[in-house]
Amino acid sequence: MVVLQAESEIASINMVYGGAGCGKKVMTSSSSPGVSLMQEGITYLAGAELPCVVVNVVRGGPGLGTIQPAQSDYFQAVKGGGHGDYKLIVLAPSSVQEMADFVELAFDLAFKYRNPAMILSDGMIGQMMEKVEMKPFTPRWTDEEITKMHPWATTGKPASRERNIITSVELDANAFERFNHKLQAKYKQIEENEVRSEMFECEDADYLLVAYGSSARICQKAVQILRAKGIKVGLLRPITLFPFPTKEIQALLGHVKGILSVELSAGQMVEDVRLAVEGKVKVEHFGRLGGVVHSPEEVVEAMESKIIGG
Amino acid sequence: MAKIRGAIVVDNVTCKGCSLCVASCPTDVIRLADEVNAKGYNYAYMHQPEACIGCANCAMVCPDSCITVYKVKLAETV
Amino acid sequence: MSIDIKDIIKPENLVYQKSSLLTDRVMHYCPGCTHGVVNRVIAEVIEELGIQEDTIGVAPVGCSVLMYNYIEVDWHEAAHGRAPAVGTGIKRLMPNKYVFTYQGDGDLAAIGTAETIHACNRGENMVMVFINNGIYGMTGGQMAPTTLQGMKASTCPFGRDIERDGNPLRMTEIVATLPGTCYVTRHAAHTAAAVRKLKKALLKAFDNQKNNKGTSFIEVVSTCNSGWKMTPVQSNKWMEAHMFPFYPLGDIKDV
Repeated sequence: MVVLQAESEIASINMVYGGAGCGKKVMTSSSSPGVSLMQEGITYLAGAELPCVVVNVVRGGPGLGTIQPAQSDYFQAVKGGGHGDYKLIVLAPSSVQEMADFVELAFDLAFKYRNPAMILSDGMIGQMMEKVEMKPFTPRWTDEEITKMHPWATTGKPASRERNIITSVELDANAFERFNHKLQAKYKQIEENEVRSEMFECEDADYLLVAYGSSARICQKAVQILRAKGIKVGLLRPITLFPFPTKEIQALLGHVKGILSVELSAGQMVEDVRLAVEGKVKVEHFGRLGGVVHSPEEVVEAMESKIIGG
Repeated sequence: MAKIRGAIVVDNVTCKGCSLCVASCPTDVIRLADEVNAKGYNYAYMHQPEACIGCANCAMVCPDSCITVYKVKLAETV
Repeated sequence: MSIDIKDIIKPENLVYQKSSLLTDRVMHYCPGCTHGVVNRVIAEVIEELGIQEDTIGVAPVGCSVLMYNYIEVDWHEAAHGRAPAVGTGIKRLMPNKYVFTYQGDGDLAAIGTAETIHACNRGENMVMVFINNGIYGMTGGQMAPTTLQGMKASTCPFGRDIERDGNPLRMTEIVATLPGTCYVTRHAAHTAAAVRKLKKALLKAFDNQKNNKGTSFIEVVSTCNSGWKMTPVQSNKWMEAHMFPFYPLGDIKDV
């Protein structure tokens, strides 16, 4: 493994951009303000269709904000962040085990679709200590394997192939429109094939909590409290934020009467929940801001006041 | 004494008529043509071919790599 | 004795032809632009060293953004100013390959100053080519960090005013102070002699890379006749008279 501390997040994401061109597994990580700095590089990676993994351990913003946990970078991660019509594959771990496992999953997906993948964590999971089972190490790809698996990689032009050029610039508008359609078709394919989510007590649920990452763990406790009160509440935890588990939410609308989206933000993922629900049931948001983490009791209270009683 | 004679071939399709070769020529061989190429540039040509010594200075400064240079040594007979 | 031109123009008499590593694409640069000469010399150097299979170029943002259309090697097109970081990523993962970056003054000495200095300070084992023509050619002739005092640009139409705009930046002297650089030199490409010297410098820079010596940094003081609003020939004269006194040619560091 080659490890290098860059002078800045701008440099680190561009080192990733260069390294990704070599057809190797390259990653970087930071927390919210650093990831904001990386957005230019990320859109270049998306535009050049390069695989890489970026980890964002989200802290409260805007600005320099706080070092306490938040989930307020959802829009940045899921809806773009940099310029242009592009998507990242976004994975949201809710345990330290998943933090470890998702690195491999993120690389697999990134290479499968030649697209940057982001692990969107938060300051709570990021600081957490839990038991982790590590998978056995797999050997590093050899140069021969890389040339065979990733014929697009800029490994030096042999006589046997045309030059490889990694770029995101195309000055012919019609050609660039075609390229953009190709990207959109790829994102559609990702939406069809790669949605991952977890259900907790959803089979008979009258009400649903939707939450990811550390919020999902808090909501799991809230489900138990509400169930103990005799209220049938379930939890849907999106594991992929893009692609979003739209169909999975829709499938529950036969029995679910109201949904509370719980995030450590002013309400970002709730928009995707509403898009999935299409106005069929009530959808509300609850979440603490600025680094404050909600308690299960606060979630219970919000569910009761905003959805069940509201 | 051997005499050096040179010649250049200008790709007048890609020549942009920048004149850098004209200025670089020590023996004043090159001029720009009155005619223009498809892009509208007055391309370079050998105006005084007999003066060319094949030094390749023109090719060295040509930004569009459109000059090929040839050179022969002639055994001078008096 | 007279000889017919046809008898001179024969393969056995060939003394100079376009490098086989240059593609057939007509360069998009303005007539007389220094980029064309430097692009060509880089192709010649890669060809002469026989390292086409092992070379990866990092193209910049600016007039030479499409440089990858011209030289037959693998290329990586970087974001504005980030070529040294992109080059670092490539070189660190493929240390046996040759990596070169190519940047203009806006790219290398303004938006990418940090990446330039840190890559040189780490001594990234690559060749960095710096085209300095004192102006932003592609975007409409705006002032560059290297625009000379009093030199006119579209954003300083009465000339660069040191009080208001600060001093022109000698980036090459700055990187020469950094321990990571092994070879720092300033060249031009306006005469045949200058081009030949530049080629020698590039050959040496690639050789340094082969020997893991650190960063080789080559500035090429260049013209932008469109931006300067002169003919190419006038531009060269102006460069000699005005650019060279502030940006003197020659080796600054060679260890």
